[in-house]
Amino acid sequence: MLSLIIFLPLLAAFAILLGAPGRKTAIGASALQFVLTLFALLGYDKAKGGFQLLSTCPILPEWKLNYAVGVDGLSLVMLFLTAIVTLAAVWVSPKIEKRENLFYACLLFISAGAAGAFASVDLFFFYAFHELALIPTFLLIGLWGTGERFTAAWKITIYLGLGSFVLLIGLVDLYLAVPEASRTFNLIDLQQLAATGIIPAEAQSRPYIFLLIGFGILISLFPFHSWAPPAYASAPAPAAMLHAGVLKKFGLYGLIRVALPLLPEGAKSWAWLLLILLVGNIIYVGFVTIAQKKLDLLLGYSSVMHMGYIFLGIAALNVIGVSGAALLMFAHGLSIAALFAMAGFLREKSPLLALDSFGGLAKAAPWLGFTFGLAAFASIGLPGFANFAGEMTIFFGAFKPAAGLISSNFYLATVFALWGVVVSAVYMLRAYRAIFLGEPGKDIATWSDPAKAMRWPVVLLLAVLLLAGFAPRVFLAYVQPSIEALLPK
Amino acid sequence: MIDSIFLEIAVLLLGIYMLLAESFSKSDDKRGLAKTAIVILTALIGFSFFARVNPAGTDLAKIFYSADPIAFFFKRIALLTTIIVLIMSLEYKSVLAKFIPGVTPGAGLGEFYSLPVFTCAGLMFMASAVDFLLIFVSLELVTISFYVLVAYMRRQSASLEAGVKYLILGALSTGFLVYGITWIFGVTGETNLAAITHVLQTKTVDHAPLLFGIVLVLIGLGFKVAAAPFQIWVPDVYQGAPTPITAFLSVGSKAAGFVVLLRVLVPFLVVPEVSTKVLALLGIMAGATLIYGNLAALPQDNFKRLLAYSSIAHAGYLLVAVASFQSTEASLGSTGVAVGYYLAGYLLMTLLSFLVMIVVAKHSRGDDILHFNGLAKRSPFLAFGLLVAMMSLAGVPSTAGFVGKFLVFLTAVQMQKYTLIGIGFVTVAAGFYYYLRVVAAMYWQEPTDNTPIVIAPLTRFAIGVLILLIFVFGIFPKPIVNSLRGEPPVITVVEPHVAEK
Repeated sequence: MLSLIIFLPLLAAFAILLGAPGRKTAIGASALQFVLTLFALLGYDKAKGGFQLLSTCPILPEWKLNYAVGVDGLSLVMLFLTAIVTLAAVWVSPKIEKRENLFYACLLFISAGAAGAFASVDLFFFYAFHELALIPTFLLIGLWGTGERFTAAWKITIYLGLGSFVLLIGLVDLYLAVPEASRTFNLIDLQQLAATGIIPAEAQSRPYIFLLIGFGILISLFPFHSWAPPAYASAPAPAAMLHAGVLKKFGLYGLIRVALPLLPEGAKSWAWLLLILLVGNIIYVGFVTIAQKKLDLLLGYSSVMHMGYIFLGIAALNVIGVSGAALLMFAHGLSIAALFAMAGFLREKSPLLALDSFGGLAKAAPWLGFTFGLAAFASIGLPGFANFAGEMTIFFGAFKPAAGLISSNFYLATVFALWGVVVSAVYMLRAYRAIFLGEPGKDIATWSDPAKAMRWPVVLLLAVLLLAGFAPRVFLAYVQPSIEALLPK
Repeated sequence: MIDSIFLEIAVLLLGIYMLLAESFSKSDDKRGLAKTAIVILTALIGFSFFARVNPAGTDLAKIFYSADPIAFFFKRIALLTTIIVLIMSLEYKSVLAKFIPGVTPGAGLGEFYSLPVFTCAGLMFMASAVDFLLIFVSLELVTISFYVLVAYMRRQSASLEAGVKYLILGALSTGFLVYGITWIFGVTGETNLAAITHVLQTKTVDHAPLLFGIVLVLIGLGFKVAAAPFQIWVPDVYQGAPTPITAFLSVGSKAAGFVVLLRVLVPFLVVPEVSTKVLALLGIMAGATLIYGNLAALPQDNFKRLLAYSSIAHAGYLLVAVASFQSTEASLGSTGVAVGYYLAGYLLMTLLSFLVMIVVAKHSRGDDILHFNGLAKRSPFLAFGLLVAMMSLAGVPSTAGFVGKFLVFLTAVQMQKYTLIGIGFVTVAAGFYYYLRVVAAMYWQEPTDNTPIVIAPLTRFAIGVLILLIFVFGIFPKPIVNSLRGEPPVITVVEPHVAEK
């Protein structure tokens, strides 16, 4: 079943490349993927917990290298995110002028890569699936992007290529840190081995820093973040939705799934560095965001900034903090996808998306004004949205970090992070005012809301966001037991 | 079961037959010969699976020649390369004919098809050679046929220039190699690698002259595999030579150089004092080759020249594995497996790039990167093929190139070569840029001329097979890893699938 969720988009992508109708096949495949994921989510036995739906196919038995998939609560929630955002991204795709089929195939490749990475329980495939997205992203931005698209495409590809390579070295180092007799690529086995203390504390520091930098580049950890805003700004809206919403979560997921359980001592010894960098994400990038004059760059920088909160939850190394991080990952994926989708609507009218070229749009396009407002509030972290639940949980977690971490550093970082909420309120509300409030100019008054058929992906994203905001327990019930199992006792 | 030496004999006979048939045939078109050779060489790959695995023994006939799994592996690489080079030569005929004087239109083309077969025989001998004498003789058989082939387009000055450069530097490197062999012989009194190992293990020998000899051999082999600082000849020769020969040079010559390097190193690594120095030297060579090859590739605008630099870059990655040498027997994660896998992947992706390039260059009349503009519109199939080749060269997972890189850096991390890994960070990032430039040209740019490209069926078939193999080896590494480790193929009973527990 999991393999089907992963390979359905891949097969659809190949079918499209071979001539199947692009949009129809893509929507069909992602809808089916969504339904399957929903089944997997509802079929998961929460009482039993642990990894379920496991299936394996040996690749190199001598190395204990297998194609192995399986899901626990955490990966299910991430898979669910992938499926929703894919469906929304494919649906909101505007009319593609050139090479429509290649466009949809690329989107599906990215989705398959993300789904594969979240569902893999084998280090090798966990890594390999993520990289499936690299070349499609390069093509998507270069072919259908806007503005400085060539520069942006090169930047993201080289950065991510480098990040993945650093990550690869880290994973290899981790694999070799286990004594030869018990080496395995299987994450579940590795986790059990690590719980017995098979990787000595002093050997954890080096693989962890490789992993932190490798994943960090993929997540746009400050100061490795400069690829993200221009790439999201010039990418076509569906690509930005998938990349900022789903793919970037791969790095965070990797930290939670691989680095924390296997190298907890390494994580503790580098916590000081992570705290400094994440404050850079929140405060430095936050101020950079305030200075943006274009909506697409603003959203790009804001997505970089919000990574800082998630890092804070992960750094705290306790169940509350990491669960909050997971919840915020989910929430941020939905809210940024909704924002980019609406930025895509606006781009059709005003290609440059300069903030001062709008004004009063809420009168001409009330639906857009309302939903954009909801998504913007969600992104700031207003109560009622899942982002708020996630951020609050993270702050609670960060105030009482795991044993062995210096609490005063965490207090300081949390205080900075709280100010970050103010910073994000400033830029989001200013952007909202500039675009939607006031009296519409002559040409703005002629604009209208997007067609009804294009609206419901955004509605879907926001509905799930509200649901998770009002009843975060529904999602935490999946996430929390998995995280309890992941974190060292 | 046949003796593996018959494979080489068959290839040699095929070469001689082709020469004779060429001289006596009345027809102007010599392409039939190449097609015959392709069929026979393909059959030989099949036969090679029935040949006896028979490592070098003590009786006279077997002192020189070892038929171990690694040898078979490289023999198949040599055969496959030759087949694809012949397919390329068929595509290349029109270009070739332009630059060769002749009374009749097809005159002088026959040797172009038969010489690669002789080179192939040399490569196959080299794969099995375990004695410096046989190593030297087979190396010369390869190199001398290459001298002729590189300068084959007599009317084109670039080809002649390439030929002269290759001849002079090749002769020089041969000199180094022979001189090194004599020094090693002077110290140990043996030319056989197994005997040298025995001498070094049992007697104490003077290390200084031994090291001097090894360094000279390394210089000689460094020329062959295009390792820095002996790589200066590569770009000019690769660019000037006829394209099929460039492909042959960059794949066959490199594979042979590395198998010899691996074999030659083993005896000297038994002496700790010598081995640390030799490995340190190899580490420096690896670092320099990586930096030079990757950084110099960045500004290239000609695709053929770009591939020349890429060939240097990949020699660097291979040297990383050699410099992190470990375990003489072919265990998983050993240098032998890493180098073998890397070379197999390198063969597929490089031949694929050259094959696509020949077809495109024929239609676009040039092999600069801008001649690939908009290829995705003119021929989606060719563009996809080149996309796969570039992904694999850059090391994107699910391709053969990635698994190779993974194994190489696995050995490097295992041996704690962190300086080389640090250099690797820079060069891998550089690699993404220069390989994807071609992809950007193919997919982002608009074509200057919209005529679709026609591909010959044989070429289309070869491209398809290469694409498929790149993915298969990128996802199922097991067959190659096993053939390198010499396990007999075991047919396992497939258990009922226990999924969905």
